[in-house]
Amino acid sequence: MSAVAPVVEMTGISIAFPPVQALEGVDFRLYPGEVCSLMGENGAGKSTLIKALTGVYPIDAGQILVAGRQVSFSGPGQAQEAGISTVYQEVNLLPNLTVAENIMLGREPRGWAGIDGRAMRRHSRELLRGLNLDVDPGSLLGSHSLAVQQLVSIARAIDIQAKVLVLDEPTSSLDSDEVEELFRVIRSLKESGVAILFVSHFLDQVYEISDRLTVLRNGRLVGDYRTDELLRIELVHKMIGKEMAVLDQIERRTQTADADQELKPHVQAVGLGRKGSIEPIDLTIYEGEVVGLAGLLGSGRTELGRILSGVDRSDTGTLAVHGRTRRFRSPRAALKQRVAYSSENRRAEGIVGDLTIRDNIVLALQSDRGWFRRIPRRRQDELTASYIDALNIRPDNPDALVRNLSGGNQQKVLLARWLATAPRLLILDEPTRGIDIGAKAEIQKLVADLADNGMSVLFISAELEEVLRLSHRVVVLRDRRKVADLDNDDLSVSDLLSVIADGTAPEEVTA
Amino acid sequence: MIKIITHRLFWPVVLLLVLFVVNLVAFPGFFRIEVKDGHLFGSLIDILRNGAPTLIVAIGMTLVIATRGIDLSVGAVGAIAGALACSIILDSPAPGSVTTVVTAVVVSLLVAVVLGLWNGALVSVIGIQPIVATLILMTAGRGVAMLITEGQILTVSSPPFKVLGSGFLLGVPVAVVVAAVIFLAAAMLTRQTALGMLIESIGVNPEASRQAGVRARELLFAVYVFCALCAGIAGLILTANQTAADANNTGLFIELDAILAVVIGGTSLIGGRYSLLGTLVGALVIQTLVTTVYTVGIPPITTMVFKAAVVVAVCLLQSPATGAAIRRWRLRHLARADRQAVA
Repeated sequence: MSAVAPVVEMTGISIAFPPVQALEGVDFRLYPGEVCSLMGENGAGKSTLIKALTGVYPIDAGQILVAGRQVSFSGPGQAQEAGISTVYQEVNLLPNLTVAENIMLGREPRGWAGIDGRAMRRHSRELLRGLNLDVDPGSLLGSHSLAVQQLVSIARAIDIQAKVLVLDEPTSSLDSDEVEELFRVIRSLKESGVAILFVSHFLDQVYEISDRLTVLRNGRLVGDYRTDELLRIELVHKMIGKEMAVLDQIERRTQTADADQELKPHVQAVGLGRKGSIEPIDLTIYEGEVVGLAGLLGSGRTELGRILSGVDRSDTGTLAVHGRTRRFRSPRAALKQRVAYSSENRRAEGIVGDLTIRDNIVLALQSDRGWFRRIPRRRQDELTASYIDALNIRPDNPDALVRNLSGGNQQKVLLARWLATAPRLLILDEPTRGIDIGAKAEIQKLVADLADNGMSVLFISAELEEVLRLSHRVVVLRDRRKVADLDNDDLSVSDLLSVIADGTAPEEVTA
Repeated sequence: MIKIITHRLFWPVVLLLVLFVVNLVAFPGFFRIEVKDGHLFGSLIDILRNGAPTLIVAIGMTLVIATRGIDLSVGAVGAIAGALACSIILDSPAPGSVTTVVTAVVVSLLVAVVLGLWNGALVSVIGIQPIVATLILMTAGRGVAMLITEGQILTVSSPPFKVLGSGFLLGVPVAVVVAAVIFLAAAMLTRQTALGMLIESIGVNPEASRQAGVRARELLFAVYVFCALCAGIAGLILTANQTAADANNTGLFIELDAILAVVIGGTSLIGGRYSLLGTLVGALVIQTLVTTVYTVGIPPITTMVFKAAVVVAVCLLQSPATGAAIRRWRLRHLARADRQAVA
């Protein structure tokens, strides 16, 4: 492989956002026809390096060669012209334009009367077909799921005929079939000589698709390895630079709480449903219990969490909290009954970016108290300090704007907001999506601790290992219906997968 | 040094100082404040007094803008309040009595509150975009004011009412006192309680705020009512100053000046974080600019052009591109300092 000249050669890259040194003397190479994964925790400098390569951030020191020529991009447009195309973690296309317009934006085919809409849609349809994606190119992008939007942005990247394709967390909102589909596309691009930079927190995927791993930690290069020569455990050590004691601690800890079955039902839903989002469903959650919600994307797992917490209104069925029937017409009503929902859509529905860490943490508690009875500043500071400490939020400055935090830390701030309201049922929708291993382990451990202290948790996640590790019970959804309610004794990922796939539960089903 | 330059109020304050210097050059007695008959007089006092209505409206506007909204109806609301007060005073048997004037003021402000509820309902209950929702009252409101005045310019001769516009309290113009009270009240009400934070939260991310249990609807009602109340007070001051209600011209374009003041003060029209202090500086800049046009001897009809120039200047100075340029300059500066230290 080293006989081929690298298509991207970055040497000694340094970038500072005073007072933070985001990157320090990092070298990075990318060869044509390979998939290289950039590995590291949140804050390791992965995104910064990508943004240096794609011209979003100017570099303070070092040089970038693309196809042997030194470049200095002053914007993403120039990088694109040089053949570097990027698909970002959070889809950044235009939801109010059509799929075709998004794919062809800036390169629209022209006819005698301006843009040739028909040619544009035809071309887009061909491209999408190449991705096995059957959507109408004339439909609005915003009307599709995140997964489809992600694939559309990949289609756009492919159409530019890039020499280098940067995929930053492209799989975080895809289900397993869609990931397979994406990998098929990646492989065929690779064969056609495109260099692919792949960033993902899913180790399985990284090992499946990449040829080479570049590991960063705290803005410095740790090393450059061939994937088949580096064991996963070694990789994790290199990424976090310390023993993974945290992860081991929560390994299978759920067994202990299984003993006492005489728990009181905490939340009981009977025939709870909402037209067009989830079929009527029965669900009981006991005190101090972690119930995992498994199912594919679109199976109704998020929708169930939303109607249980009043974020969406249910239109059938009843919901009882501690035996008393409640009707949650708003999240506020649910919060009054100490039911909190942490949205999967962290940026759009979770954090309040332009406010500080302190404001974000006290927000729910403060709105519960009403605007007039302001939480005294000293109490706010105590609260913030204690959560920054307990959840290890970085930076630990309560006045930092949440917008500037990494994804994992934003998630922790969000968790702190809900925990500050002392919820009795916490519904966590994808709390570990797109965040690094260290933060993930911390959040998982927190969930287990909270349940030990009597809080009920409804844990929604696409990662089945995580669901199994944390839950006492797993409820499986499929096509907006509940198909199984399983005690987590000896469940394995393959058990769950077969339920999800077939919609039939194995023998030991409990009602 | 850098901290001062990158502070959001740096450029507005610089602008204000520049305007002061221009005035001082054109008119050396600009900073002189005299006491005549126990009342303060001088150019600065004039600026404060003439700028008071704009400032009052801008304070209400700041909170509305912080919620991602805008209120175009403030001028019309002011006109309605002024027309109503004048017609009540004219219809009363004793136009000069304090009771009549207090009644007129209270009634017209109550009507302003009702108009604020109307705006709030359109925005928060029905969910119409604020610019469209308040446009309704902006156009219809002038008509309502015309109905009240029956198309006439209502001239009142009521000494207690006149005090509101041109009177003095402890030597200070009443309008300035009213503006100061409203400013302090708004600051206390939003910053000593959690109101300010919750308003900002709605402005930054309405959906996240809803999920966190913030009562967005009530808060939106509150800011539009407060803004209408401010507009009503400003309308009364303007009317009292002219001792006449003119349905067509009272508070004309005051919404634009108020929005300008808010923007100059560094509060973003996208909503979110707001600065009442910034709005104060913004309102002063606008009024000083108007005064400058007079003192320098430029034809007053061109005032609008100068306002536009100021807006362009402030927007440019506050833009992210300028911020980046300053940071680059600073980095170069630091690097040079480092090299010198090494040498």
